[in-house]
Amino acid sequence: MSVDEHAAPRPTHALDTTRTSIAAASVGLATRNLRGIRRLPSAFLPALLMPVFQAIAFSGTFYAITQIPGFPTDRSINWFLPLGVLMGSGFAGVGIGLAAIRDLETGFYDRLRMTPAPRASLITGPLLGAVARSLVVTTLVITVGVLVGARLSDGLIGVVPTYVAGLGMAVAGTGWGLGLAFRFRDMRAAALMQLTLFVGLFLSEAQTPLYVMEGWLHGVARVNPFTNVLRLAREGWLGEVTWDNTWGGVLALVVISALTLWFARRGLDQLDD
Amino acid sequence: MTIAVDDSAPGTSGRPRLRPSHTAQTWAMSKRAIIAMWRQPSLVVPSIVFPLFFLALGTSSFARATDVPGFPAVDSYLDFAFAGAIVQGVLFGSVTGATALATDIENGFFDRLLASPSTRHGIIVGRLAGGMAYGAAQTVFFTAVLLPFGLTIAGGPIGALALVAAGTLLALAVGAVMSTMAMRTGSSEAVQGSFPLLFIALFFSSAFFPRETMNGIYATFADYNPVSYLVEGMRDLVIDGLTAWAVVRAVLLPALLAVGAVALALRSLDKRLAAS
Repeated sequence: MSVDEHAAPRPTHALDTTRTSIAAASVGLATRNLRGIRRLPSAFLPALLMPVFQAIAFSGTFYAITQIPGFPTDRSINWFLPLGVLMGSGFAGVGIGLAAIRDLETGFYDRLRMTPAPRASLITGPLLGAVARSLVVTTLVITVGVLVGARLSDGLIGVVPTYVAGLGMAVAGTGWGLGLAFRFRDMRAAALMQLTLFVGLFLSEAQTPLYVMEGWLHGVARVNPFTNVLRLAREGWLGEVTWDNTWGGVLALVVISALTLWFARRGLDQLDD
Repeated sequence: MTIAVDDSAPGTSGRPRLRPSHTAQTWAMSKRAIIAMWRQPSLVVPSIVFPLFFLALGTSSFARATDVPGFPAVDSYLDFAFAGAIVQGVLFGSVTGATALATDIENGFFDRLLASPSTRHGIIVGRLAGGMAYGAAQTVFFTAVLLPFGLTIAGGPIGALALVAAGTLLALAVGAVMSTMAMRTGSSEAVQGSFPLLFIALFFSSAFFPRETMNGIYATFADYNPVSYLVEGMRDLVIDGLTAWAVVRAVLLPALLAVGAVALALRSLDKRLAAS
């Protein structure tokens, strides 16, 4: 029997086997991630409120450090606000790792991997979500910080480095969170991803400038790349925005982000093995 | 568990009826609470590691802040912040104990205890005793770890003992408050959710910096926060020595809080029993 292929009616809803573009898949995954905030606010609210609390509590409790001779500002909130931004943005990224663990545990991630979406979108999609979360956190911390007395020292341009540092931390946090999630595949990774970020940030210029520190912390903070990131985030609140205060932080963020995203991609590839 | 054998009242099978004393049952419950912490170190390690980490960090970061006007005369920031670290550790540890109680309620173990012919109050008192033991152990551990790093307790050995008593009583007071929450909500998530409140109470107090160096609303918060007075009493034992006023604030204040909190916890238990 001969079949006239040309005469066969074309199905109304033919299966579209063309590959989804990375941009479309990423936006889809980012949207899903952001919808998760509405569906499970308890998972995002602490990451939103803790940096605000931290900035306010630290600036109140440690107000006296501004009286140390040579301290770069007389407003303690100016010193601690950028730390809150970095902490909140980093945890926004780590939150993506926590969401990935939930998906891995429920089996949803296996279904995602079976879709024709490009592999890279499984990282770039959540990354976009983290960037959006970071923008929310940074804006909230800055707004509340200004309300309780923070003032920019170099005009509005001063918030740009803070946003850049926040976004960079979100990217680095996402890479780190996803990488650990892909390797551990359960909630054991949660404590590790949060603890490492926390310790990494605090072993830097987080609480006081390098020249004020004494003992072991000075040596650690001096070589900790997060010290440069904090310098970047703070420059608009402590003085003028200059290239000298900018490039070190940007370079640190680029290197850390590249390494953590590579770590995440390797972990994702190993999921297929 | 110690079992008291009641020979005068044989059971229907002819064997003597076993009647564990209230003390033995309570002891068994506290032993269970302690063993649970020992078997799941991941639950208790944060309440040991984080206070020590913050203290190490602060000692290095705020060494020069001790020269700021309003700061008491101290040898080092380590001496100043030691009391705050104990309170921080005890607060975190108490949440862990109460979460375990809430988990017992969630997974039905609490109901099985109630179905058994066991002492009712012993269920709570036993768990609180376990928490007290942990609070005492934390204080001893912090002291032992930090002495080689230059910690000096001006109150001497008696001052150190008073600190252990203060840590133990604080663990009882906070553990009882958290247990009340566990019994009222029956949710480990709700107990965990109360953690930020403790965190706020700690940070808006003089646990890390003296009230005299704060200004504005922070100083007001710290002035009204009972945690401030508790920490300051313990701190006086460390930096000033053994005085009656320091002992009153360090030991008597948590003791008074504990009396009220334990009464509240037992009342919540009675309410839960009446409702079931």
